[in-house]
Amino acid sequence: MNMQSPPPKRELGQCFVATVTLAHGGGGKAMKDLIDDVFISAFAPGAPQALEDQARFDLGALASHGDRLAFTTDSFVVNPLFFPGGDIGKLAVCGTINDLAVGGAKPLYLSCAVVIEEGMEVETLRTIARSMAQTAHAAGVSIVTGDTKVVERGACDKIFITTTGIGVIPRGCELGIERIAPGDGILVNGLLGDHGAAILCARGDMALETAIESDCAALHGLIADLLHAAPNTRCIRDATRGGLATVLNEMAEASNCSIEIDEAAIPQRPEVRGFCEILGLDPLYLANEGKIVMAVPPDEIEAALAALRAHPLGRDAALIGHAGAGEAGRVTMQTVFGGRRIVDMLVGEQLPRIC
Amino acid sequence: MKYADEFRDREKAQVLIREIDKLAASIRVGRTRPIQIMEVCGGHTHSIFRYGLEGMLPESIELVHGPGCPVCVLPMGRVDDCISIAEREGVIFTTFGDAMRVPGSKKSLLQAKATGADVRMVYSPMDALTIARKNPDREVVFFGLGFETTMPSTALTVLQAEAEGIRNFSVFCNHITIVPTIKAILDSPDLHLDGFLGPGHVSMVIGTAPYEFIAEFYKRPMVVAGFEPLDVLQSIWMVLQQISQGRAEIENQYARIVPTAGNAAALAAVTRVYELREFFEWRGLGSIDHSGVRLREAYAAYDAERKFAIPNLKIADPKSCQCGEVLKGIIKPWQCKVFGTACTPEVPLGALMVSTEGACSAYYQYGGIKRQKTMVPA
Ligand code: SF4
Repeated sequence: MNMQSPPPKRELGQCFVATVTLAHGGGGKAMKDLIDDVFISAFAPGAPQALEDQARFDLGALASHGDRLAFTTDSFVVNPLFFPGGDIGKLAVCGTINDLAVGGAKPLYLSCAVVIEEGMEVETLRTIARSMAQTAHAAGVSIVTGDTKVVERGACDKIFITTTGIGVIPRGCELGIERIAPGDGILVNGLLGDHGAAILCARGDMALETAIESDCAALHGLIADLLHAAPNTRCIRDATRGGLATVLNEMAEASNCSIEIDEAAIPQRPEVRGFCEILGLDPLYLANEGKIVMAVPPDEIEAALAALRAHPLGRDAALIGHAGAGEAGRVTMQTVFGGRRIVDMLVGEQLPRIC
Repeated sequence: MKYADEFRDREKAQVLIREIDKLAASIRVGRTRPIQIMEVCGGHTHSIFRYGLEGMLPESIELVHGPGCPVCVLPMGRVDDCISIAEREGVIFTTFGDAMRVPGSKKSLLQAKATGADVRMVYSPMDALTIARKNPDREVVFFGLGFETTMPSTALTVLQAEAEGIRNFSVFCNHITIVPTIKAILDSPDLHLDGFLGPGHVSMVIGTAPYEFIAEFYKRPMVVAGFEPLDVLQSIWMVLQQISQGRAEIENQYARIVPTAGNAAALAAVTRVYELREFFEWRGLGSIDHSGVRLREAYAAYDAERKFAIPNLKIADPKSCQCGEVLKGIIKPWQCKVFGTACTPEVPLGALMVSTEGACSAYYQYGGIKRQKTMVPA
């Protein structure tokens, strides 16, 4: 991992207490030790250096990747912090990488700001920081700056993480939701709803045992392959909160197209379907953390599908529907049963039905 | 899931639809009104919208979405009572998820939770009892809600609490019974219903005998129906058959689950723990005699109504609300003056906009297609 300016190396502080207290947020030695021990040692092992208040980038090096900067930020709160298939750290890194990647950008640098509730175990923090570092490393992205705050018990829920990301968009890449046109294929890269279902199960109050894992993953590699195979892809969106249904509605609205999808074509784990069935949830609205929805012009659909399916994160990719010239902004679905229904935006949060 | 897929077969559906088309056409001869069939249960309403069944049926059949969504018919005053209990010092208020959003006169349980009340979502009353066991210094109140379907589990939980001697647990009982309500609907003078789909889950508990009066006195057919889309279609077909043959009987399409005699053990628990109230207030339908239950005197210690002084105020439904007419099938949801304007799922004015099982909310979110087809341009 390369930090920008050359070292003067320094000794890393260590944190010897087991839990975080308000003292760790006081700006003194305790805070420096915590940051060194937990974050710097994970994010920049082997290259500790004098800390500046900002990361510095060489513009020329950035420009070698393309002609526009992409810049995004997102905050992550999740209960529980650790769940099958991931944890809040992995989520925070993948989420921001994906927000850059769906714009066609190559993700390069991340910042990481954490708000910690006093009483949090330092070891848990280390685990989260390590997970962030591993995820970033595997994605070829550097975490180059950060901030730590500690708040009183009850003022936040264990830990909140905000990551901000910078990436560069290659010349000629013009993704835009308003470019969707009638006839375009609507594609997804795999099984939908895993993250939402995994989190609900992991909360443990469902009394339901399932083996559903979150699909949390960084998708920039997959997206690069897609754009190579289908360079005229109109737009890409990640189907996070609000799920597939929300993204489709945004697409239909912004492009003044109608969109019709085929329920039978939507890739879904039987476990997730069963889970939704029992709880009366609609899988179309379940959150994903490793799924994108794409609009692709008709002549590139085949190539796009082939490229997606050749990538490990796109094995179950499918064409689920088409944009049309029907009522603008309207999303409809051919149900598995042969009926037709409207797929609308979700109102509020999904709450399980009573019977 | 294989099991469920059997009941979602497109081809079988097409066969049924053709049969339904034929029957409806023959019944339609000489009639001016559409054939109105009411599905009593919110679960059916949900299936109908979820699978787009309405659009598959011929125009001459009109589905009327009945009162069978327990969350929807809860009057505002009862929600206010919940909140007044939930906001008490030391109380943990437990409820099924979808009751959280029902608006009271000032706020919903969700809003009460946001402003500090300890409101927790549970999946069964037994979960609430577990919370009571773990928090002996807190008062745990369970919001008992629903028809005969959920009544037994609440009753069994009360019996369990008694057996264990748990004193910090009580039930705010809002259980309601479906039969008097169907009767009230049948008694209304402006009614045109031709037949009913009977509630599958409720019948699992009470059996099919309690509906006999519908056939006998009101001469309307009823088919107790399952919840898969094919179940619903087949039941509609069975109702049409009865109409075309001039029969009015109680038939059981859902025999794979619903025993004719109901569930004796569940019924025993219900009779032991509850007694009928003289009347109960329904949102949209007003007061209906003997339509609700409360805990018997013997279980007063577990009755939140007796344990806490609750305001028990009656709050009238807003004037512009036409839920009652929608419930009886006199108007369609979108014909209500405030549909989609003053009344939306975000800010529901009437009961039927509250839960996804409510007819208005279902039309608002899923509907549309058939409506656009049948609406006469202004
Ligand atoms: S639109 Fe609202 S007020 Fe009108 S009938 Fe429906 S729920 Fe009741």
